[in-house]
Amino acid sequence: MSLLSEQLGNSQFVVTAEIAPPKGTDLSEALAAVEKLTGITAVNVTDNQGANMRLSSLALAARLQQQGTETVLQLTCRDRNRMALQSDLLGAASFGIENLLLLSGDHSKFGDHPDSRPVFDLDSVQLLDMTAGLMAGTDMAGKFLDGVPEFFPGAAVNPAAEPFELMFQKVAKKVDSGARFFQTQSVFDRETLERFMLAMQPLQVPVIAGVLLIRSARMARFLNDNIPGVQVPETLVQRLDSAEKPLTEGVKIAREAVAWARELCQGVHLMTLGHEDEIPEILA
Amino acid sequence: MIISELKPFEELQQALADFDKLFIVGCAACATACKSGGEDEVFKFQEWLNEQGKDATGSVIIDEACHIARAARDLRHHKTALQDADALVVLACGSGIQSISSNVDKRVVGGLNSMFLGNVRRFGQYEEMCSLCGDCILNETAGICPVTTCAKGLLNGPCGGMEDGHCEIDAEIECAWSLIYERLKSQQRQGVFARRVPPKNWSRRIQPGRYRLKDGER
Repeated sequence: MSLLSEQLGNSQFVVTAEIAPPKGTDLSEALAAVEKLTGITAVNVTDNQGANMRLSSLALAARLQQQGTETVLQLTCRDRNRMALQSDLLGAASFGIENLLLLSGDHSKFGDHPDSRPVFDLDSVQLLDMTAGLMAGTDMAGKFLDGVPEFFPGAAVNPAAEPFELMFQKVAKKVDSGARFFQTQSVFDRETLERFMLAMQPLQVPVIAGVLLIRSARMARFLNDNIPGVQVPETLVQRLDSAEKPLTEGVKIAREAVAWARELCQGVHLMTLGHEDEIPEILA
Repeated sequence: MIISELKPFEELQQALADFDKLFIVGCAACATACKSGGEDEVFKFQEWLNEQGKDATGSVIIDEACHIARAARDLRHHKTALQDADALVVLACGSGIQSISSNVDKRVVGGLNSMFLGNVRRFGQYEEMCSLCGDCILNETAGICPVTTCAKGLLNGPCGGMEDGHCEIDAEIECAWSLIYERLKSQQRQGVFARRVPPKNWSRRIQPGRYRLKDGER
């Protein structure tokens, strides 16, 4: 049983962080960043994040797992058909990776290979279903597995998405398909999180709220224009804009979100994008 | 209809570099309707060839260039002009180009790029609504195809990139799932939302597609 599933099961407040594999084969920076993480239950390893080609998330997660760091392997449907997804999941299990964040994936249009053919053979609900099947000992063809994987599958959600009801029907489907926890897109206001957590209550699945460290007003505007599902409210952009030290203000904003999460959710997922050293401040 | 557009002139110049005399083929069906290979376009192409110092030995607009036998029949009426030509230029979709290339021994140069099976919004404005997947879900989705009109072809609802009911890849476009949701709601039915849609059967769309009416259906 993974530490993440154990802690969530015991209603402990969990903290996850995330690390992106390098573009290239030099793992030293990623490994050093993970080394600096303290007070974290598990580290998400991103999968060609933002549709930018990088070293495989499975390779870095396997490496981290083997050196004793618990990971959450992110796996998207954008770059793999159902056969490759199943293969990668079995491969992940063979390295002792249990926690999964199963995603549709950003469209390849956003990344550095816009000419590539996006796959999307499965969607995130079907990926969860397939994972549940593997855990029950059969692949999508109904064939029995020799050695059955143990996973703790999670899913993503954007609590701010509108129409809310439409977004939420998919959340319910994900739960039906075996999602055991949710990690959310970055949350920027308390009301949004409150509304979402109220709707989540009957489903009884732990929610880890996404908290993004925004370094500057420029970064906020970049996110608003380029990252699907991320809308930093204008009030926060203003705060960052007028702050003497924007990074300090960004940490403060993140700390506020962590406070809402402590009150409303079962954990917090910190996206610090290279500023992992600020994590203790954000959690303070 | 099949939406197609003329290839860039630089590409055509290169493709035609070795030929001086060309026979031009257009199509009376889709390529005429979307103004890429009808009479007007064939005429304009002929003028462009002349500007390039090349000659057109003749031309024909085939009723439906995708009809292999009909294309052969129509070409037979232009024997001399075809004999005089170094190559054929076809202003038709990829299907049409291949009907021609399978009927003649001469080199065939495709003049168009084929884009998609398109609906006509208004003249000159086309939209893809069906991707010919062979496994239609429209009856459950209030007549809106998520396989085609969702940028990711998702079957169980919108992705996390939906913002205010719009698509992550183009804020001008409404999210297919938001449209499906609204229309089902106005019809007071659950439709596709009543179940988890299983993975799509892509074996219905093995390429190259082949289909044959059974005896008695012909």
